Amino acid sequence: MRKIVVSIVLLLGFIMMVQSQTIDIKTKSSISRGKIVYEKYCLTCHQADGGGVPRMNPPIIQTTYVSGSKERLIGIVLKGLNQPIEVNGDEYENPMASHAYLSDLQIADVLTFVRNSFGNKYPAVLPSEVKVVRAKK
Amino acid sequence: MRISFFLFSIIMLQVSCWAQFNDVVIKTPNGFSTTNVAWDFGRVRHIVVNSNGDLYMKLEKLYNGKGIVRLRDLNKDGKMDDTLRFGNYVGTGIAIKNGYLYASSNSEVFRYKLDAQQNIVDTENPEKIITGLVDKRQHASKSITLDEAGNIYVNIGGPSNVCQEQDRQKGSKGMMPCPLLETAGGIWQFKADKLNQSYAEGIRYATGIRNCVGLDWNKEVNELFITVHGRDMLYQDYPTLYDQKRGAELPSETMYMVKKGDDCGWPYVHWDHIQHKKILNPEYGGDGNKTGVENAISPLMGFPGHMAPNALLIYTGNQFPEKYKNGAFIAFHGSWNRAPENQEGFYVVFVPMKNGKPTGNWEVFADGFSGMEKVTNLSSAKHRPCGLAQGPDGAIYVSDDVKGHVWKIQYNQ
Repeated sequence: MRKIVVSIVLLLGFIMMVQSQTIDIKTKSSISRGKIVYEKYCLTCHQADGGGVPRMNPPIIQTTYVSGSKERLIGIVLKGLNQPIEVNGDEYENPMASHAYLSDLQIADVLTFVRNSFGNKYPAVLPSEVKVVRAKK
Repeated sequence: MRISFFLFSIIMLQVSCWAQFNDVVIKTPNGFSTTNVAWDFGRVRHIVVNSNGDLYMKLEKLYNGKGIVRLRDLNKDGKMDDTLRFGNYVGTGIAIKNGYLYASSNSEVFRYKLDAQQNIVDTENPEKIITGLVDKRQHASKSITLDEAGNIYVNIGGPSNVCQEQDRQKGSKGMMPCPLLETAGGIWQFKADKLNQSYAEGIRYATGIRNCVGLDWNKEVNELFITVHGRDMLYQDYPTLYDQKRGAELPSETMYMVKKGDDCGWPYVHWDHIQHKKILNPEYGGDGNKTGVENAISPLMGFPGHMAPNALLIYTGNQFPEKYKNGAFIAFHGSWNRAPENQEGFYVVFVPMKNGKPTGNWEVFADGFSGMEKVTNLSSAKHRPCGLAQGPDGAIYVSDDVKGHVWKIQYNQ
């Protein structure tokens, strides 16, 4: 009996491990695809370390714009942002252009990259979530 | 034992203070020395030094609700020991002329009367001489300078990168003609002593200027000199015309002498210091080589791209060697738009001039503000030169808007 319980526990543990690894692998490949998107479309303004440009382009580190609502974050990438914005007590003045020309997958990847880089550690953004926000317009 | 511990603590405290205030080493040519005269004042933009040695700093972020700081050396020991804060607005411009201190917000210019002891008569109630200027956040800082004939010159930056239909949107066309030029993208002239002037009372002195942050009146030739920030995103938006390296080097940052009625060509053209031409911007049909706006003036000098010339000082002092007289010091704030290439700037350069014309190439005069060999990420730069001033003894001052330090550079023979 005890042997059975131990095997079940081990089996469950193994299944959970495999599951968490599959999520990890999925997220990991999204992050590595997202890095390429970031370097091409985002890096100049937000800089290689995500630290941004004082007064002009906000940092994307430790801010609720990145850690908070995925819908808002996806919306900023799709529509751009041209309104007064304050991040961690400082104001930023440059407008951000719309990046709606990127695919749902590219946006999901780049946001997953941003949410898992520069010290950020937040759940992935999925293409299906981008699709929903895009459809709302 | 206790005494030695006490002494040790004092020494350690001094060492840590020294390390804090001398966190970077400023390199200057032989014969010059640099001292820190102010530290940790926050976002210090432009500065001015009065005839009695008082240092005024304009802040871009309020500290305890105040946006101007005056530092005074009461006992004349070379150290600033008195701090006065006033002005409830943020901004960049500050200047002193004919017994008045002038300071700007991002939409207005105020002036404060100075008495015979060089004290401000009323810090709470300045005269508002200019009001209602365009402030759309982007390029909103209003730099100022005054001439010898009772006029004040105000930079009104174009609230845009290159006047596209959709600002900073890849592929968006440039507007023709650019409507922003009516109220921005130029230098406006106002009377230095008239209250509540706005566009109707001012003169658009020079146009086609994207964002001039540095400006100074050249007393040798009695003309206005400006340094201008060139456009961004040539490589990012037009990689087939500008590769990564070319997009980092271009367009030039520029220094112009502008006369009344001059056009510097923004947003239609940018200066290319490699081809030595006014090149049509791709948003207006340019291909990287086609020229445009033939009636626009050319700059006196072009510098590598994106370095952000934030302050200009035409040197009139007697302390520095003869070669510096009537030449231009320019504070380069340091770039961001060169990424993914390394950033450039973060130093003060000197351009030798005679009769208002350069007599040689530019050279780095004071370097080391960033505190690192190569700046990859802008936010890691320790300091960024932003303002310049000349003291009554002929020394020059450099301000920084990251930490809010000010350095004094002297010539010691």
